[in-house]
Parts: sequence; structure tokens; C-alpha cells
Amino acid sequence: MKKHLLLLLCIVLPVSVYAETAEEKGLAIAVESDKRDTGWGDQTSSMKMILRNRQGEESQRDIRNRSLEVDGDGDKALIIFDNPRDVKGTAFLSFTHAIKPDDQWLYLPALKRVKRISSSNKSGPFMGSEFAYEDISSQEIEKYKYKFIKDEDLNGRATFVNERYPQYKHSGYTRQVAWIDKQMYQPLKVEFYDRKGELLKTLTYHDYKQYLNRYWRPDRMEMVNHQTGKSTTLLWSEYQHKTGLTDRDFDKKSLKRAR
Amino acid sequence: MWVRAILTGLLLSSSANPLLAGEWSGYVAAEFRWFPNDPSDPRQYSDTNLSAAFRPEYAHQWDKGRQSFSFIGFGRVDQHDDERSHADIRELLYIKAAENWELQAGIGKEYWAVTEFRRLTDIINQDDEVEVPDRREKLGQPMVNFALIQDWGTLGIFVLPYFRERTFPGVEGRLRTIPRVDVDNPVYESSDEDKHIDYALRYAHTFSEWDLGLYYFDGTGRDPRLVPDLNSSGEVVLIPHYDLIQQYGLDLQGTFDEWLWKLEAIQRSGQGPDPKFWSASGGFEYTFFGVRESAVDVGLLVEYIWDERGRNATTPFDNDWFMASRITLNDVDSSELLAGFVIDGSSQAYSLYVQGSRRFGDNWKLDLTGRTFQNLTPADPGYSFRNDDYLQLQLFYYF
Repeated sequence: MKKHLLLLLCIVLPVSVYAETAEEKGLAIAVESDKRDTGWGDQTSSMKMILRNRQGEESQRDIRNRSLEVDGDGDKALIIFDNPRDVKGTAFLSFTHAIKPDDQWLYLPALKRVKRISSSNKSGPFMGSEFAYEDISSQEIEKYKYKFIKDEDLNGRATFVNERYPQYKHSGYTRQVAWIDKQMYQPLKVEFYDRKGELLKTLTYHDYKQYLNRYWRPDRMEMVNHQTGKSTTLLWSEYQHKTGLTDRDFDKKSLKRAR
Repeated sequence: MWVRAILTGLLLSSSANPLLAGEWSGYVAAEFRWFPNDPSDPRQYSDTNLSAAFRPEYAHQWDKGRQSFSFIGFGRVDQHDDERSHADIRELLYIKAAENWELQAGIGKEYWAVTEFRRLTDIINQDDEVEVPDRREKLGQPMVNFALIQDWGTLGIFVLPYFRERTFPGVEGRLRTIPRVDVDNPVYESSDEDKHIDYALRYAHTFSEWDLGLYYFDGTGRDPRLVPDLNSSGEVVLIPHYDLIQQYGLDLQGTFDEWLWKLEAIQRSGQGPDPKFWSASGGFEYTFFGVRESAVDVGLLVEYIWDERGRNATTPFDNDWFMASRITLNDVDSSELLAGFVIDGSSQAYSLYVQGSRRFGDNWKLDLTGRTFQNLTPADPGYSFRNDDYLQLQLFYYF
């Protein structure tokens, strides 16, 4: 990650002094967001997922997350399910890469089976929710091309409106429009446009808190699907950083201990 | 008896011992089976069977997840089949994970297979054949496993101090061989019988798109030869013969976008009169993700199973094709459907299989399974199953 960053900064910074194109400014915003969110080492958190259908009926999932920052590559992530009870102990391990396909394994506790799975399922729903796999995986700079659109106030906060276009295979989106808070350099809202270019979903971020005096994390995220009327709420808690996790907490063997 | 003793011990200690401040979970399940055809042996039950199962689990981890203790019990009560009414410790395992090594000690389960149908390479655990006739359920295996974890891969040794005999359906049970297997008088090649200490050495590593496993096993083979004999009451029965074998195994999966390519191969020596032989199972899994812009995934599975021993194999699968489709709705209730068949390449005998499941609310799950056996001739090893087409409904309550 750091090497890419330096390279990008070398290219982007001198240019930004002079006339900057919308694409260059868009990329510069993404690079700055990434730079400000680098160095957290590892992170653990708990997540409650509330799924709502068109009629407003709810169901809930309880999930634990761990992630590890990797130098020069995408992050490693481990997701463990606690609820619903029939999938308790099921775990999902993912090595994210910028452009080449992610490596993913699924652990099925009843069989004690670790199965390498296809990572082509980017646009598929994660656990029956309105979040696709590509929405929850780590956001690497190289995954998108960018274009700055305008400055805009959103709910009283100054934001950059920045469009991004997925560059990886199998994305369900043609573009995403992100409202990036100018102070935090974190998104407040993202609109997702489907393969036909129609507005599919809107994601909003709420109640950001700062950790280690540096890293901003939201307590709540709301995803609304405009085409189906379904929605998903994510409630985050117990964020911890630099807890001392290593690669060994993100290998195939670690899946069996992760319950 | 020892199952009960350990269970009681655990239940008591968890409330008293703060170290074991973990969490209980598991399921209770009711099962209903319907066999529309009369049984091949009149002593087997007709029509329907009710059964209930209980699977409690306890898990606790500490030391930032680097040490863990887990317990999984299993018990079943069956209306007709005395052998199917049984209990087992599926797991009673301590794990210590250091940066460059990992130790597992207790009773555990190892899943190495990559193919969906045959699970050819799995050799650590014995089949719990009374549960389902497809090797999917395994008995807990006492073991000590020490693994070195290095950049070049994981190299582990398994010491397996106690042998588990395969379970087989009883006199009144369905989905069994005719004649029945007499589990009370197994024959061991080793004079230590079930106390013989077995070993396995395994290397596993991920090479970008490829996940590879290689192993060597030396000990009492899990796969018995079933030899016809007379028991003390003069009934013709099949006696399990457990041989000392040496086996090399390979499991390999290549993951390329929507394709999963799978291969398992073994070379076994020492089993009865058979010289050294090879067996292999391989194929692919292809998934159409998000069919027609929906959330639905449709997977296609094709596998071929081959055994050098042919008709003399200890399994009915020596030259067989498995084809199936898995439909995953990716909805809130995790609805899934698997439909497929396995066909014998030489006799054309085949078996159709359909399984569907979905969750209801947070705690309930329903599973409906149907299976039929067709074109079986008396020469076919599956001939005993010719009248055992069945429908099965299972209702799980997870806690």
C-alpha cells in the first residue's frame, strides 16, 4: 500500500499545484483518504446487521470482524458469524487485492471444512443483505478510476462529490457517487448505479467517532435499495486497533479457532 | 458411559470454573423418513421412521484467540434402528496456536477433501454410516496433531492413538447391506486391535490460485473389507475386516474466477489380498453468479470417481459420474437446493438426489431430502439399496 501511495503522490502532488483535471482531483481525494486511514495495523469490531424487507419485517445477524493492514497489497479480513444460530461459527477469510481477484475461503463448522471459494461473486448479496460483497471488502485506491464533480454541503458539512468507476472484474456497478467529508476525508453518503446506469442503492454513514486520535469509524451505516424497497442497517461497536494480530490470525488454520 | 461422564463433567465445570466461561450452542433436530417400498429384508422396518438428534457445542477461546477449547457432543434416538440410536463425542479439543506452530490435542475432525461427492482423501475420521449413507457424517477421532507453520507451507504430524470402528445400520434399519454388517465381531489385522497407534504426515500450502495437500498415512485403514461369514446364531452376516494400510494422498483445488477445478487421488497398499492400488476423484464446479441480474447463483458440479480395483473395491464407486446443480437464492432465509445424480459408468445403475433447505426466523431450519436408487442389478454393490428410495424431512432448532 505504502509504495503505491508514494508513487501516486509523486505523480499527483506536483500536478495539483498547476491546473488539475477533474480526474486528477478525484484521484487526489482518494489518495488523501487512503493516506489518512493508513497505519492502524489491525482492527477488530462487532457488527449487528438488521435486514428489512419491503413490508418492514426485520431479521438480524451478529458478526465479528477482524482485519489486518498489509504493506503493498490489499487488507486481510476475517468475518465470523454468531447469529442466525444455524450459521454460528461460519467464517469468511479474504485476502483483498487491488486488481487481481481476491483470495477467499469459507469455513463450514459442521463439517470442519475450509473451502476455497470463487471471488467472482462481487455483486452478490452478503448474507442476504443489501450489501454486496464488493461493498464490504477493503477499498483500495487502484480498484477505481475517479472524477471530482463538485463541492457541496451535505447536512451542514462541506464535502467533495467524487465519482468512482470500478476497474475490477464482475462489479455490479457502472459508477458510484461519493460525498466525502472535507474534514474527515471519509464518506458521508454513496450512491450506487447498476449495470444499466440506474440508481440502485444509497448508503449513508452516521455517528463517526475518532479512534487513536486519527482514524474515523461510523457507528451506523444505512443501505437502502431503491429498486426493491429493502434496506439494511449496520450497527458497529467495540472497535479496537493495534491489538497485535498477525498473519497467523488470518490463515486457513485460524478459521477453526475463530468461534 | 464415558460420553455421559465427560458431558456431566463439562456441564458442572463450566459453571464453577471461570476459565471455561465460554458459550453453549447447538441444535435439537427431529427427523422423519418415509420409505414407499417394502424392505428387501422382512426384518427391516416398513413405511416410516421417527428419530431425534441433539448436538450440543461448547466453545471458549482466550489468549487473544490463540488458545481454544471446544466440545461437540452428538446423540440420536431412533424409533426402529438400535444401531442408529447412538452417541458420540464429535470434538473435545484443545488448540494452541503459536506464531510458527500449532498444537491440537483431544478428539477432533479433519476435513481434507475438495470434491463434493466422494471425499476420497479423508482418512483421519471414521464414517458415522448410520447417520447418512454418503460419508458426510464422521466420528470424533482421538488425536495429537503438531504442525509447523512456515512460509513454505504447513507440515503436520498426526498421532492417532485409538481406532474408531465404522457404524452400520442394525437388523431393523434401512439403507443397509444385505446381509447386514455384524459390528460386534470385527477382525483386526493388528494384534493391538483398536489400540493400534496410527500416524499421518501432512503437508498443505496455498500457491496463489492452487490449494494443495499431500499426506502419508500408516495404520489401520478406516475402510473395512466386508467379509461374509456365519455369526454365533448361524446367521449369514458381513464381518468388517480392518487392515493395516499405507496410503499416500493428494488433494488439489485450482480456483479461477467462476471455475473450481478439483482433484483427489490416493495410493493404498496393504488392504487384504489387493496389491497396491490407485483411486482418484476429480472434476469441476462452475457457478453462474447472479443469474439474470438476480441474487440467485446456479452452480454446476461434475465429478468422476475411479478405483483401480474395479468391482472388487471396498466402495461401490469405481467408475462413476456425479453431476449436480446447486441453486442458492441468497435470500434472508438462506434457501438452497441441490439436485443431482450419480451413475455407474459400466452398469448404468444410478441414484438421484434432491435436497432443499431454508431457515425460518432466527432459530429454525427445515431440510427436505429425497433419494432414489435405480437400475440396480444383483451384481451391483448397491443392490441391497434397491428398495430403499426415501424421503426425509428434518426440522432443526438451533440455540
